[in-house]
Amino acid sequence: MIIKGCIWKFGNDVNTDLIIPARYLNTTDPQELASHCMEDADKSFAGRVRPGDIIVAGCNFGCGSSREHAPVAIKSAGVSCVIAASFARIFYRNAVNIGLPILEAGESVQAIESGDEVEVDLATGEIRNLTHPAAYQAAAFPSFMQQIIKAGGLINYVRERMAD
Amino acid sequence: MGMTITEKILAGHAGRERVAPGELVNCRLDLVLGNDITAPLAIQEFRKLGLSMVFDPGRVVLVMDHFTPNKDIKSAEQRLMIRQFAREFGIVNYFDVGAMGIEHCLLPEQGLVVPGDCMIGADSHTCTYGALGAFATGVGSTDLAAGMAMGECWFKVPESMKFVFHGELRPWVGGKDLILYTIGRIGVEGARYRAMEFTGEAIGALSVEGRLTMCNMAVEAGAKNGIVAPDDKTLAFEADRARRPYQVYASDPDAPYVEVHEYEAGQIEPQVAFPHLPENSRPVSEAAGIAVDQVVIGSCTNGRLEDLRTAAGILKGRRASSKLRLIVIPGTQEIYLQAMREGLLEVFVEAGAAVSTPTCGPCLGGHMGILAHGERALATTNRNFVGRMGHPESEVYLAGPAVAAASAITGYITHPEEVVRQ
Repeated sequence: MIIKGCIWKFGNDVNTDLIIPARYLNTTDPQELASHCMEDADKSFAGRVRPGDIIVAGCNFGCGSSREHAPVAIKSAGVSCVIAASFARIFYRNAVNIGLPILEAGESVQAIESGDEVEVDLATGEIRNLTHPAAYQAAAFPSFMQQIIKAGGLINYVRERMAD
Repeated sequence: MGMTITEKILAGHAGRERVAPGELVNCRLDLVLGNDITAPLAIQEFRKLGLSMVFDPGRVVLVMDHFTPNKDIKSAEQRLMIRQFAREFGIVNYFDVGAMGIEHCLLPEQGLVVPGDCMIGADSHTCTYGALGAFATGVGSTDLAAGMAMGECWFKVPESMKFVFHGELRPWVGGKDLILYTIGRIGVEGARYRAMEFTGEAIGALSVEGRLTMCNMAVEAGAKNGIVAPDDKTLAFEADRARRPYQVYASDPDAPYVEVHEYEAGQIEPQVAFPHLPENSRPVSEAAGIAVDQVVIGSCTNGRLEDLRTAAGILKGRRASSKLRLIVIPGTQEIYLQAMREGLLEVFVEAGAAVSTPTCGPCLGGHMGILAHGERALATTNRNFVGRMGHPESEVYLAGPAVAAASAITGYITHPEEVVRQ
């Protein structure tokens, strides 16, 4: 599965309150959540993000609360993948469970700049910067996790498996 | 090689003799928990599975606490959906207005979670219950849905970090100060994916409530769980509470720890965490004089009876500064009632505080005390992220109930001994 998109760059410890502030947690509507995605980190994000865009961030992305609304907001905003030096554990699990591709890629990807066009191969974990040519290697998802992402999340994956 | 208490609980629930850090294990769950924010998404996912029952209606707990009593129409609609689900699936432990409390104050108090349990909750502060010697960790809504369906969850066995607190605590220092101090040393990702095990004389001297406060904030260091091995205090706490038989686990003397941190409790002053991360903790003396617009005493971190007693002990016969708003939120109905019987609520109201029904409310910027642009709060809550309690350009400082009460009187961040000796 190959993904291509433009980069939005964020720093370390991007917490779930920045990704989707609690004042919007009175809904589960994915589009409404998407319209407030990253609002307290970058007010312009939700209005300017385009389908396929990729987030690159530093350490501990998604720290804070267990709200699954956070990866749902990112996915519904059209973001195709989040690449970070490291992820907080609940966010990591939630992202896989709802079918948002995420890659843990260490510090090296910090060389990628906002606006760069980047290609990601989820099967191999290879990240290629097309704007400023460079390649990075992230740990690839094991195949069962790739299947979960492909199915659109854990529940769809379980239903597909149960229907087989 | 021995095992840690965390490894033993996971092994016991995976039907294994032993487990080692890094292993993936599938565990039987004693309890699954959802709240009014996370349950709606979980119920949507659960319903997609087309099941006619949850794995055990007595082991699913749903607590309406974040935006409850309903703060707006959208929240009300979500509660309605949860209520309907609870009725349809015969959920025994469904807690709504009048019975509910802040989930992590409520479950230990009601004896729903007991030592040796393995449980998940769709709330990051589920790690609170480690204070009872249980393995408890936060998950998201989809994991809650799967847990409600199967009564199982997979885990990667975490590496354990040991935190030893030697010696005696200073006056006015409690569990909140110890955990803020710890996070200040190791950082907000210092325990990422790991278990934080607390031990030493100072932990033994802490009440179960103080230990609940410590384990509550393990997630603020990125931990999967916090844990304290049960002792006589734990067993006394459970004596008239535990609703199920329970098992007491302890770490082996030769259990493996990826890191051991040793602290002298007597060196630790009351702590204050500066904006915008819990790791920005400093001794209260370094925060002295910072003016605040609002003081909040409550939350799953510090909304228990001991916290209210500490705050009331300082506020008794004194008034909160007219320059700020003081908001006190007892964690559960039982705490509220007991605080009323002991005259604590009277102390708060006479001091000029607003006393609220139990709710998470302002902690996450939900309701009951939202900050305006440029305002600053001192709160006994657990997170001081950007915009956490309201406007993105407001600020939250974190502290324990003693510093919060003292600061409410003076109007600026204050060491409790300054107020009490006057």
